[in-house]
Amino acid sequence: MRMRTVEIIVGAFVLAGIIAILFLIVQVSGVNFSDAETSYTVTARFDDVAGLRPRAKVSMAGVNLGRVRSIAVDTAYGEAIVEIEIDGEPGNLSRDTSAKILTEGILGARYIGLAPGSEEETLQDGGEITETQGAIVLENLIGQFLTSLGKD
Amino acid sequence: MENLLRRLGARALLRFQSLGRATIIWIQAMGWIPTLSEWPLLIRQIYTIGVLSIVIISLSAFAIGAVISLQFYTQLSRFGAEDAVGAGLALVLLRELGPVVTGLLFAGRAGSAITAEIGLMKTTEQLSIMEMMGVDPLRRIVAPRLWGGIISMPLLTALFNMVAIYGGVVVGVQWLGADPGGFWSGMQSAVEPWEDVGQGMVKAVIFAIVVTWVAVFQGYDCEPTAEGMGLATTRTVVTSSVFILAIDFFLTLLMYGDF
Repeated sequence: MRMRTVEIIVGAFVLAGIIAILFLIVQVSGVNFSDAETSYTVTARFDDVAGLRPRAKVSMAGVNLGRVRSIAVDTAYGEAIVEIEIDGEPGNLSRDTSAKILTEGILGARYIGLAPGSEEETLQDGGEITETQGAIVLENLIGQFLTSLGKD
Repeated sequence: MENLLRRLGARALLRFQSLGRATIIWIQAMGWIPTLSEWPLLIRQIYTIGVLSIVIISLSAFAIGAVISLQFYTQLSRFGAEDAVGAGLALVLLRELGPVVTGLLFAGRAGSAITAEIGLMKTTEQLSIMEMMGVDPLRRIVAPRLWGGIISMPLLTALFNMVAIYGGVVVGVQWLGADPGGFWSGMQSAVEPWEDVGQGMVKAVIFAIVVTWVAVFQGYDCEPTAEGMGLATTRTVVTSSVFILAIDFFLTLLMYGDF
């Protein structure tokens, strides 16, 4: 085969490989390059995040609103500090918005559900969501159930 | 007894000698920087090793993706967890099956070819003739094959993963009827770009290095007879397959093990 044809085919092969890698990164691992769009960061403290992971989705009424950026632990208070990235300009969430850690399906991934508040003031960049409810951990539920049984 | 020990010692020394020679050759070949006139050699090798493997890689990828999807779906649907099919499929492929199966196919296709070529050249003394003519067989023969393999392997692995996921989608979503939204969102929330995609590619590069090294060693180590060449080619495939599987375990332990 002529060298020119071989070179063209190899070029196409390398290009196909690179496209495949991009496909794996974008479509399969779901990295979105939406950082260029405006977004702002708020924090929330939870007593238990139980399996919430960075890049988990943050939604309100089932609609995606942002994602979890990082999770740290405050050992002094025994609380998890979750940094949440919200899409759009600051001002679309009221200051007393509440956050809850929920589960998709029975075995699904954890995500954060937001419920709107009623105050006029809005959450600003770097603000904190104070109304939070951590994940429901099955062991704790069973424990509570058993102690309440013991009281009767 | 003394004789036995002597024979064992001699064999071991011989082995170590050729291991050492092959390692030196391999290291020198890895340090190869192609000059302008040598580029076509590399391109030609990427063509034979990489491009000509696409068909077999795609076929096995599609079949493997389809089978994994089918198995996951039938088992997970008993718990009503069909949404986990996408996540399981992608993680299994990206972390393990993609690099490993591509590596095994690569050993069978490219590794055996490298061994056979070097073995034949050694048997027919082409290597010494080349040296006499002032042509470095290392630059001319070994290096383009090694680099062709190391460049092709990750690209083939990426293609393998993509086609396998497509096969999984065809069976899981289009045929069995898993919910596409849950399928993709489950996959996207489970897969991390570096941890899964990136480290899978790292595995592919390491496997390519292992296979090419084994192939060069077996080629140089082979007995200069027709039978010896056949044996060496077989040994390349067997040894590099075993190495791939063993190294994969330790890589997985290093990359994903918690300790």
